[in-house]
Amino acid sequence: MSDILVSEQSAPGPGGSGRPSGRLLEVDDLRVEFRTRDGVAKVINGVTYHVDAGETLAVLGESGSGKSVTAQTIMGILDTPPGFVTGGQVRFHGKDMLRMSDEERRRIRGEGIAMIFQDALSALNPVFTVGFQIAEQFRVRRGMGRAEAKKRAIDMLDQVKIPNAKGRFNNYPHQFSGGMRQRAMIAMSLALDPEVLIADEPTTALDVTVQAQIMDLLAELQRERQMGMILITHDLGVVADVADRIAVMYAGRIVEEADVYELYAKPAHPYTLGLIDSIPRLDEKGQQLRTIKGLPPNLMNIPPGCPFNPRCPMAQPVCREKVPPLLQVGPARASACHFAEELVNRV
Amino acid sequence: MSENILEVNDLVKHYPVTQGVVFKKTVGQVKAVDGVSFGLRAGETLGVVGESGCGKSTLARVLMNLEKPTAGNVVYKGQDISKLSGGALRRLRRQIQLVMQDPYTSLNPRMTVGDLLGEPFEIHPEVAPKGSRRAKVRELLDLVGLNPEHINRYPHQFSGGQRQRIGIARALALRPEIIVCDEPVSALDVSIQAQVMNLLEQLQSEFGLSYVFIAHDLSVVRHLSDRVAVMYLGKIVEIGTEDEIYERPTHPYTQALLSAVPVPDPTQRNNKTIIRLTGDVPSPISPPSGCRFRTRCWKAQDVCAEQVPLLEIRRDSDHPSACHFAEKREIVATHEV
Repeated sequence: MSDILVSEQSAPGPGGSGRPSGRLLEVDDLRVEFRTRDGVAKVINGVTYHVDAGETLAVLGESGSGKSVTAQTIMGILDTPPGFVTGGQVRFHGKDMLRMSDEERRRIRGEGIAMIFQDALSALNPVFTVGFQIAEQFRVRRGMGRAEAKKRAIDMLDQVKIPNAKGRFNNYPHQFSGGMRQRAMIAMSLALDPEVLIADEPTTALDVTVQAQIMDLLAELQRERQMGMILITHDLGVVADVADRIAVMYAGRIVEEADVYELYAKPAHPYTLGLIDSIPRLDEKGQQLRTIKGLPPNLMNIPPGCPFNPRCPMAQPVCREKVPPLLQVGPARASACHFAEELVNRV
Repeated sequence: MSENILEVNDLVKHYPVTQGVVFKKTVGQVKAVDGVSFGLRAGETLGVVGESGCGKSTLARVLMNLEKPTAGNVVYKGQDISKLSGGALRRLRRQIQLVMQDPYTSLNPRMTVGDLLGEPFEIHPEVAPKGSRRAKVRELLDLVGLNPEHINRYPHQFSGGQRQRIGIARALALRPEIIVCDEPVSALDVSIQAQVMNLLEQLQSEFGLSYVFIAHDLSVVRHLSDRVAVMYLGKIVEIGTEDEIYERPTHPYTQALLSAVPVPDPTQRNNKTIIRLTGDVPSPISPPSGCRFRTRCWKAQDVCAEQVPLLEIRRDSDHPSACHFAEKREIVATHEV
């Protein structure tokens, strides 16, 4: 297994030089499978994307599309077993993280790449105060004393706009509301000033008014710090508001990648088109919802050819035989469909 | 429109907050639903929207008579349903059915689909005599777009969307007049959500059903509803037709709620009215005096703390709005498609 090999380079932490691509974080042809008693589920089947400083890449997909597993692999928190990386690279500043030692990866976590999760209540430790959990990072990673760490933690709580941060320092997670917990988790993930933030469905569990607050906060913090952000979500509305680029995932593959404006204006993959047509819109009246027929494929038994072919209205015999590669269909956009050209060129 | 088949009058549901184990004493009340009135007309869909904790699911439970109201009543065709019991209540239940949110926990994992859908007929044998039940169940499966051959399968053999279809089939089994849908699509993926919404619409026109459609997703509610009620902390703050609520909202909460919904169109990014509410919803145990929204409202004046604003048609509002300063404001630039 390639992920056990220790890298020959011993230069620790972020900033280490691998191949000079200039990209901040790159996922390259990543493959992950889950080996379960019932069989092998191919969860990620060659995912490639990258994120640069100051930009927001949205990874869009429905449940089971592999968007969260990709993030877990980047963070090195994939449950092994059952999950195994079977191929590909995750490069941070050009250096493959899957070949690093545990110690090197640990140093990148928090300082290089940090992550926030959907469910803040289960992501926070219930038996420690929120303040302690933030201050802990400063003490362990920055070697600060108790008082100084506390000061910095209060400062972080302030930055994520938790009212009365000083008084809230000693509260436990259950004493916070849903929105405040999400803020506390953001404070925790940003404490060590990461270069990349992965936000895995950060607002899915929240109400719309709170969701708007949190998305505003994330956008503001990202601008200030010039972070790269990977926003994982299934919500086409949230994506339209904040993303620069979008990667759409289906059955463990990227089926389309494009600039946010181009993607909504002219999707180059029938799945993206279907998704956009099937969401009810607040600003439309008398709208007909077009649905994508059928169900997402079983990952233990992905159909041959294009994984979307059984549900695709455009499917032809070639779609059942050949897996369409993710190919360039315009400046800075790619699609994995045999008929992408036709989709893009239609009027 | 036809007359109301369901009327809800000043409905109140409080849950006691107790302290102590042996000598329990009530130390407060969770005011989950606190004075809600509306009517449901035959064949229409009434959407109920609000954020978590606003009492919309409690409302569903009281409408279904799963909970007795603390005060007020629910009247179905002139009958106060909260006073019914025994056989009369059982007969009423045929007419009002529920579709629940979570298709994973609302189906008994040890029963086959045939048993799940056949159970309503065991309780109400007058609807279908014993011999014809299997046929009825097959018919139901076909109606909601499932394969009738799957009658002997268990819930775990179905996907989330298919399970929700089973839930809908179960609600439909007794051919009710009213179906209360409590967040029926919020647990589903986008592509599946649209399938279930289309199914609900199709069944409504086929059987002339009336829906009380409870959801937190304002886009989903707009798509399905004829009229919409917006709830905040146990009260309806604004009610009106779909156009009135979405095109001419007059309550600040409705306006803020609408402005917070992300629209799936990146070109709208910079020409949206954005009203950002600060803070969280107050506790329903001790809601603010006067108007409950005043702690988060940018229009709040002294009068808002003193007087509870009534849900009524006001000077600048063509539909009932519970705000002293109700005023039209366009939030969502609606276009016909």
